[in-house]
Amino acid sequence: MLNHNDIMSTIDMIDHQHLDIRTITMGISLLDCADPEPTACAKKIYDKICRRAEKLVSTGEAIERELGIPIVNKRISVTPISLVGAASRTDSFVPFAHAMDDAAKVCGVNFIGGFSALVHKGMTPADETLIRSIPEALAMTEMVCSSVNVATIRAGINMDAVALMGRIIRKTAELTADRGGLGCAKLVVFANAVEDNPFMAGAFHGVGEADTVINVGVSGPGVVWHALQAVKGRPFDEVAETIKKTAFRITRMGQLVAQEASRRLGVPFGVVDLSLAPTPAVGDSVARILEAMGLEVCGTHGTTAALALLNDAVKKGGVMASSSVGGLSGAFIPVSEDEGMIAAAKSGTLTLDKLEAMTCVCSVGLDMIAVPGDTPASTLSAIIADEAAIGVVNNKTTAVRLIPAPGKHVGDQVEFGGLLGSAPVMPVHTESAEAFVARGGRIPAPMQSLKN
Amino acid sequence: MRAIVTVVGPDRVGIIAEICTLLASLGINIVDISQTVMQDFFTMIMLADTSGANTGFDGIAEALTRKGEEMELSIRIQREDIFNAMHTI
Repeated sequence: MLNHNDIMSTIDMIDHQHLDIRTITMGISLLDCADPEPTACAKKIYDKICRRAEKLVSTGEAIERELGIPIVNKRISVTPISLVGAASRTDSFVPFAHAMDDAAKVCGVNFIGGFSALVHKGMTPADETLIRSIPEALAMTEMVCSSVNVATIRAGINMDAVALMGRIIRKTAELTADRGGLGCAKLVVFANAVEDNPFMAGAFHGVGEADTVINVGVSGPGVVWHALQAVKGRPFDEVAETIKKTAFRITRMGQLVAQEASRRLGVPFGVVDLSLAPTPAVGDSVARILEAMGLEVCGTHGTTAALALLNDAVKKGGVMASSSVGGLSGAFIPVSEDEGMIAAAKSGTLTLDKLEAMTCVCSVGLDMIAVPGDTPASTLSAIIADEAAIGVVNNKTTAVRLIPAPGKHVGDQVEFGGLLGSAPVMPVHTESAEAFVARGGRIPAPMQSLKN
Repeated sequence: MRAIVTVVGPDRVGIIAEICTLLASLGINIVDISQTVMQDFFTMIMLADTSGANTGFDGIAEALTRKGEEMELSIRIQREDIFNAMHTI
């Protein structure tokens, strides 16, 4: 028989510490949907998604009931649409986004990712068509998420794509101005994007993947915060050990759910993503974990070191708990989706520059940050270039998801609702990077790329 | 299938009897039982075997939730696997 205290501690984690499975994401290859006729291609996309993901939500809900653990999101990721649509004779990929959105609604998922292009070294005509379709696609659909990979350690940084993405982000914000620029919350610019990420908005199904896979993203900042209350004032070695043990437990649960979903759906299990993903709910914040280590407010001096420890301990604890770890795997720091980050940003302690430093040591990057609506496209591009440089030089995934909130100024608040939360508009440097971004071309791959 | 039934709430006479009667009527065998009372707060954990049950898992969960509401207790059933995954290697 199991230990009485162990059972009650699991129940307490679920009831009071926001322990949940953040997402079951089904990756679906759409490579076989290419067609010279765009309407035929869109129909194939719709049909294949509906066919493969028909039972995803009902299966997720059944597992939820039997194990007694909430599975917050059921989602779908697909092959980058720039590859699927490349064969079609069309100058707009918006109809493909509609096909994805319609299929997502039929399947009952809450997001579908993969309106994406990989342009780290150069752009095909189809890549460019896709990127130019992004603002309209995100404005006219509800569930479609988009991502563009503009840099890798092997290729360097495609500065033409970086410059274009600054303009695309601005246009996306303009077309969704009535919703606070919501379209930008569904658009991620990556360096070193991964092919098996289950988290939105950056999920897509890589070409190296099987036809259909199940990837699971776990969560649990609240559980880690709670565990740290027992080691107040103790040395960092003990903090790291405590986080590792907690991460192990959380990940084991993720592995169980992933295996169960894979078995029932008859789809291979891909990866468990070990990310600590916060929500706007009180008690489910990554910022509060950093503060529990002894920082008065997240963003003050010491924050980067605290985050480095957290990120490393989560990976070390989780890696043994799953047979296959992948995706982004690390602590997320999306500002609008984290109650503690919102508070720290509002107080002025957490700044864009500090967040950039933090992205050197944790998963992903400048995530869900609202900036003034009049921020020039070149400044957005320069922020993307900085973040891509961190990713390329340090051989890690970095990303930028900025919302230039239309009509809003520093100190205003933008409400997105639900898991996307609300974002205080944060200041950016007003000095121009226009001439820097206008150069275009490619920042060469660093020495670290020459490994062979 | 083996499942864990947990019962939490204020202590009173007859909790175990009433829940065991319900489980018996559903054809569920109780393999192990452990209970404590701390400051008038009752917690009981039962390891149950549902392989001979006369209804599906959802039916059992529903019956237990209804019973919980009636008795003003929190009663839930979860597959044993989640606890094994989290607490044993």
